[in-house]
Order: sequence, then C-alpha cells, then structure tokens
Amino acid sequence: MKQFAFLVRRDLSLAFRQGMDSLMVVAFFVIAVVLFPLGVGPEPGTLARISSGVIWVAALLSAMLSLERLFQTDYEDGSLELLALSSLPMEVTVLAKVTAHWITTGLPLIIAAPVLAVLMQMETEGFVILIVALLLGTPSLSLIGAVGAALILGSRRGGVLLSLLVLPLYIPILIFGVSAVDGAIGGYEFKAQLLILSGFFIGSLALTPWAGAAGLRQALE
Amino acid sequence: MFQGKDITCIRGERLVFTGLDFSVGSGGALVLIGPNGSGKSSLLRMMAGLLRPASGKMEWNGENALDDFDEHASNLHYVGHHDAVKPVLSVLENVRFWAGVRGGEVSDKNILTALDAFAAKHLADIPGRFLSAGQKRRVNLARIIAAPAPLWLLDEPTTALDRASISLLDKAIKHHREGGGIVVLSTHADIDLEAATVLDISDYSLKKIERGAA
Repeated sequence: MKQFAFLVRRDLSLAFRQGMDSLMVVAFFVIAVVLFPLGVGPEPGTLARISSGVIWVAALLSAMLSLERLFQTDYEDGSLELLALSSLPMEVTVLAKVTAHWITTGLPLIIAAPVLAVLMQMETEGFVILIVALLLGTPSLSLIGAVGAALILGSRRGGVLLSLLVLPLYIPILIFGVSAVDGAIGGYEFKAQLLILSGFFIGSLALTPWAGAAGLRQALE
Repeated sequence: MFQGKDITCIRGERLVFTGLDFSVGSGGALVLIGPNGSGKSSLLRMMAGLLRPASGKMEWNGENALDDFDEHASNLHYVGHHDAVKPVLSVLENVRFWAGVRGGEVSDKNILTALDAFAAKHLADIPGRFLSAGQKRRVNLARIIAAPAPLWLLDEPTTALDRASISLLDKAIKHHREGGGIVVLSTHADIDLEAATVLDISDYSLKKIERGAA
C-alpha cells in the first residue's frame, strides 16, 4: 500500500512538473466542443439536443489523447523494468498509474464539463447528472485505455492503433453516459443508466489491471 | 546460492545459447563475457525473471526462482542499459522513489549515503535532465545501494563511467560481496574482480557446440 502511494505520488509530481500533458487534454476537450456551436450554428434547439452527446464524445477523444504516454516514457527509460522488479505486483503498478492518470486527465475534464455544457446551451436539469455520469464513466475510460496502452508498447504508430483498440470498447460507456444525461433533461428515469455505468467501472476495476499487467509483461520480454 | 541448469535462450527463432550452467555461491561473483549478441544481456534478464528461458531451470537457495516472480524480484537488483532517471525529478527524488518502491529506507540521510558511495552527493538537487550519461549511471548505481538486496545483476555497469567511478563501483561490489552478496555482471573486461568465476557465453552457442561434436 505504501509503495502504491509512492508510485501515484511520483506520477502526479511528474505530471505537474511537466504540466503539458493534462493541460493539452483539457485544451483539446474545450476546443473540440467549441467547434460545434461554430459548425452547427447557434440555433438553441439543435445545440441543446446534441449537447450531451458532443460533450461525451469529446471527453472520450481527449481521454484517448493522453493514453499513449501512460506507459511509454517508463518503457523507454527503463523504469518499467525496474517497476516490474519492485515488490509491487504488476497489477498494482497498473492500478497506480491509472489512478494518477485519472487524477491528471479525467478530473480536469469533469471540472471543465459544466462550463462547456453552458456553451452548448444544455438544459440546467442535466448538469448534475452530467458530472455524476462523468465521475462514474471517466475512471472506466482510464482503466480500459490502460490495457490498450500496455498492448501498443514497442510498436511504432502506436497512437492510431490504440484508438482502434480502445474506442470500440468505449461505446457502452458513451451510450449509457449520454442516455443518463438525456434522461435527466427529458424528465425520465436515469438511475438505471448510472447503475450500469457504475457496473462498468467496478467490472473494469476488477478485470483491466490483470489484462494491463499481462500486456506489460509481454512488452518487457 | 544462485544457480542455473541447462538453460536455453531463443530470441526471435534464433538459438542464442543452449545447455548453459552457472553457479555462484554467497559472496561470489560471476563475470559474463562474450562478443556482441552472444546473449549476455539475455542471460541477465533471465536471471532477473524479465525473460523466460526456453528450457532449463534456475534456483535461488535451492528453491525454484522462476516459480514466484515477485518473490524472486525482491531478492535482486537489476541494472540494465537504461538508467531510469526521470528528467524532471531531482537526483535525490529519483533515488528516493526507487528506494521507496523497494520498501527501503527513504530518509534523506540514507539516500545521500547511497549517492556518496558513487561520489554523486553533490548532484542531489540537480534535475535528471542536466546529468551526463556517466552521472546518470552513477545515480542508477546509487539506487541499488539505497535499498539492499542480496543479488546484483549488472549489465555492462561500467558503460559511460570514468576510471574513478569504476574504482568506486569496484569498491561497492567488494563491500557487497563481503556482506555475503552475490554479483553477476557482464563486461568487456574493464573491471577486475577478485576470485570471480568467468563464464564465456559464446562457448554455449550452437556453432561452438556443433564444432565440438564434429
């Protein structure tokens, strides 16, 4: 446990000192969403109707953006070998790196989301559920993405491959995330969608560290 | 006691070496020599558990070392080709992190003592990105002093080191062996260890074996 905290803290201080990565993710998220009012036009009805979908799709894409580097730098400078040889099981290493990744990229997305929701003229009833749904959904994005990030280690053009591997797996989270927000805005039931999102989170929390660790071991051979 | 029996290494469908045996007792040293590509690094990675041998077995104090990877890993330190020094962290933070993940002592005093063993104490506050290749290597070596482990696996540890640093490494290895530690290292013969067993890996390559049989 102490070692887990050590690794999370190191990754956080690396991210804060480099700064660029998480800033880039949020900037991409904002710009991607801002393009829609410019492209679709400012008619209130249209924008409000697509708002939750646009925000979720932009969140998926920006989460993807930083995934490639999740294990890449540690792999290149030899840190990954040493982490494999530390007393920390590989599965816990994956979990620690994902935790740090979510704090530095998932959390800023959630903070930026309400501002963008205003820009997209989303009905105010949807705001709270949007944040709750993102809180439940983005950790799954980081967890599932970690498996892809582990698998592409050592391959050139890994970024594109990563999107092809991971984006299809994001689809369920997108569907239930959007439908929860739309449900809240339309006054329908949205509890079920949130429960399914938490189910995805718990499921990926249990499964992806094993898959990610297997991918990392493969990369180290 | 660390020993391996009848180890075969296959890399990308090419047989690198086969039928290799080694054995190092407590306080012993094993020096791996051989031309480039003969499998020195591969053997060291196998000893570390990072690579699975195609056949053969390895024993640590009589117990199968390949069975429990985490257990075996906690007994050893591996120094590979990369130095794992993060450019934005200071030297002190780098070494402290590696000591911490190994469950070692993380106080400033302990880390500075470890750095001092490789005359790198004055670098403590310098970020990793300003270090030269030799300085990085010294920081990497200080890491293995900061959290003790009985088995040292050093893959060409003298790369980029100047003569003064090599003699510091000599001293560290000597001290480690006096305390009962084991050292396995690959080298191009620029380090002199007392009473070390020398293992020429090219003796176990397919060509040599075929020539011997003919």
